[in-house]
Amino acid sequence: MSPRRTLATSGRVLRQLRHDKRTLALIFLLPCVLLVLVKYIFQSEQALFNSFAPMVLGIFPLIIMFLVTSIATLRERTLGTLDRLMVTPISKLDFVLGYALAFSLLALVQACLASFVVIELLDVPVLAGVLPMLVGAVLAAFLGTAFGLFTSAFASSEFQAVQFLPAFIFPQLLVCGLFVPREQMAKGLQWFADVMPMSYSVDAMKQIASHSYWTGALTRDLMVVVAFALGVLVLGSITIRRQD
Amino acid sequence: MNISVSAKKLSVHLGGQQILRSVSADIPAGKIIGLLGPSGAGKTTFIRAIVGRQRITSGRLTVLDRPAGSASLRGDIGYMTQAPAVYPDLSVQENIRYFATMLGLGKTESAEVIAAVDLDKHSEQLVKTLSGGQKSRVSLAIALLGRPKLLALDEPTVGVDPVLRQQLWRIFADIAASGVSIIVSSHVMDEASRCDELLLIRDGELLAQGSPRELCERTDTKTVEGSFLKLVGEQS
Repeated sequence: MSPRRTLATSGRVLRQLRHDKRTLALIFLLPCVLLVLVKYIFQSEQALFNSFAPMVLGIFPLIIMFLVTSIATLRERTLGTLDRLMVTPISKLDFVLGYALAFSLLALVQACLASFVVIELLDVPVLAGVLPMLVGAVLAAFLGTAFGLFTSAFASSEFQAVQFLPAFIFPQLLVCGLFVPREQMAKGLQWFADVMPMSYSVDAMKQIASHSYWTGALTRDLMVVVAFALGVLVLGSITIRRQD
Repeated sequence: MNISVSAKKLSVHLGGQQILRSVSADIPAGKIIGLLGPSGAGKTTFIRAIVGRQRITSGRLTVLDRPAGSASLRGDIGYMTQAPAVYPDLSVQENIRYFATMLGLGKTESAEVIAAVDLDKHSEQLVKTLSGGQKSRVSLAIALLGRPKLLALDEPTVGVDPVLRQQLWRIFADIAASGVSIIVSSHVMDEASRCDELLLIRDGELLAQGSPRELCERTDTKTVEGSFLKLVGEQS
């Protein structure tokens, strides 16, 4: 592993996106627009929206970075650039960490904008403040990137890659507690939710919104997210093969 | 004679099919070696095995005195894939510099290879806005980074106009003159005359090896294409 190659890879990924303004605009603005939309869906139920919005901030970065990463790495495979990289001294971890770093950085910008919208414009009380919220959002993005890198190895076309979103992410989204509190779900689903990382990302946001201090539960939730992300990232680097 | 690549009974299976069948050949160093054969002959697989991207099933493959795929070979081999493997949404310079960093090189070396393929004027341009020929030159520039001892070029002139083809072969000749071994695959037989030595392959088997002249004399034909057809005829 080499920090120089990791950073160069992040820089390269970000430079590619810099030339793709529309994708950047979508990454940054879409969550904000959707949050405003949700606000008006819940217009007569401010309390419900107040508990909903912070959770969304733990989900959006995950979904968006999952999609962007899986397509980006699939393109590396189909373009042949990965072929080419694998005959250079770059380590596979340099490659996946480079991606993770680049997209986490994008997620930070995205989270800043979304938090501003949630806290300042939509008046949602976030007791722990904006900083823990940014940490939670960036870690959710990190998790999304890791999943995207891993699953893209199993897609041989863009058609398959985009469908991994409903396959891998939707089940987690349904059971994560966003729609129905997890305690009210069938027992089997609760167990399923307990082993799905998105649940922890959402729980972390709940903690951040409802406690004015950094709770032990928050630390535990975030550590689970990081551990999952690192594990999946290592799995992702294993799916990249030096030799076919 | 120095040997750059040595294959002994090299076989490669891919997806249940045998792509290379017990190929044995010693490829001399410092020359332009043409890997010729119809499409589907196994040229790409042979090149991928040489650069270490393809696992070999049996036999031995030695590249620059080390087993193919050795970590120490990374950086000694320049590899140009069949389709231009470059990032379309980066400029020429950004592409080159990224791969340069991977090899531990800097801006000077990047500028060098951009100049070598005559793309100085386009270095700020996004690759996706370049013509097909320019794209393949970007791809070649990446392969040239770090002055590799061995260049493996997979059909670099396919779909390239005659003027650019001429240009590319001139670049190859310059590089070979500086002592680099070049292995270039092609299915265009008339490119054979530009190589010092040829390996004719078909259905994963090595039909013949020798200079274009030797091959023509041996088969009593006037062109490499003619000798290829005669060799195929003898075999079947």
